[in-house]
Amino acid sequence: MSRPEHIAPPEIFYNDVEARKYSKNTRIQSIQAEMTERALELLDPEGPSFILDIGCGSGISTAIAESFGHTLVGMDISPSMLSVALENDEVEGDLLLGDIGAGVPFRAGTFDGVISISAIQWLLNADKTCNVPQRRLTRFFETLYSSMKRGARAVMQYYPESDTAQRMILETAKKSGFSGGTVIDNPDSKRQKKYYLVLQAGGIRTLDTSEMSVEDDNNKNHRLKKRKKQDMSVKDYISHKKELNRRRGHSVPRDSKYTGRRRKTAF
Amino acid sequence: MKLLTANFLTCASKKCSSSPDAFPLNISDAKIAIQECEMNPEFIKNVMLRVEWPALVKTTQQLGNNTLPMEKPELTDESDELLFKSLHNVLLETEITEGKMTCGSCGHVYPIVEGIPNMLLSETEV
Repeated sequence: MSRPEHIAPPEIFYNDVEARKYSKNTRIQSIQAEMTERALELLDPEGPSFILDIGCGSGISTAIAESFGHTLVGMDISPSMLSVALENDEVEGDLLLGDIGAGVPFRAGTFDGVISISAIQWLLNADKTCNVPQRRLTRFFETLYSSMKRGARAVMQYYPESDTAQRMILETAKKSGFSGGTVIDNPDSKRQKKYYLVLQAGGIRTLDTSEMSVEDDNNKNHRLKKRKKQDMSVKDYISHKKELNRRRGHSVPRDSKYTGRRRKTAF
Repeated sequence: MKLLTANFLTCASKKCSSSPDAFPLNISDAKIAIQECEMNPEFIKNVMLRVEWPALVKTTQQLGNNTLPMEKPELTDESDELLFKSLHNVLLETEITEGKMTCGSCGHVYPIVEGIPNMLLSETEV
């Protein structure tokens, strides 16, 4: 499937036509609702909370979170989507037009929790030459971290385009001070696989990972190493092995111009 | 936009993040509406710990209401319902539908249209 990020920047892609789909299309609505409920389950807020909804769009996720008794603030970059949210009249909380890549404009310690449904993958797009994805990610996570109460949690569902993108997002979040990881639902199904970034901003409330299929960091490192080995040429690999063994004090044949050369076929 | 949100909103520019003038944003030319909603005393108790009272007083004064006390009211389990009701009315039911917010540090004007503040900055301001 083509990714909307490749077509146009979010404020242009989600035009009136695209935004209309979010109020009419029941399939989109049911998927969004399902993901919101799962995100709220992972968020596990204590009592009625003040929650930020990043990329609230037409307000599907905002309305659902409100039905649980929370007070919401929704943020989105597309005016068309926000006007659909206004028309729907289901959202009670505040909406605001803003670019998360330029920072979350709230003072320190504002929110008890943050949810986001299918939004943060847009941060990795460089639609203009002045946009540097890494800089936008860093700015986003740093301001998000400071805008959350200590011990508050952020659950963000997103569609990572590649392993690199996923790693980049998680690493930036960790550098900004968050702890946490990625929860993957339905890991075996290609279509229904869903990624939830679960982050915690300081505090002592422990993250219960027993029921989550958290991707192991060690495992990932292992795979990376393996790939690195595959990328080496035969000669590099041999000299790498010889060097290792030399360092360990084993007796190793000396290097010559024939090292790592392919033998001639016999006849 | 509810006054509760206005009490937490700051200038989106990176340069203003360390400036004390950037909060609260100065509100002018505002139109106000009252949007009734259900009261949740627990939420009010939770959020009142974080509300900057002097900023809220300043905002209401800019909207032409001088009735708020200068001291932040203490909320306990025994607080009477009237206090909760008035706080609920100020924080959650009072909405700014049109107006302008100006950053005291960089002077950027954020317009509020149909109750939605536009916090977008141009490329040079980020």
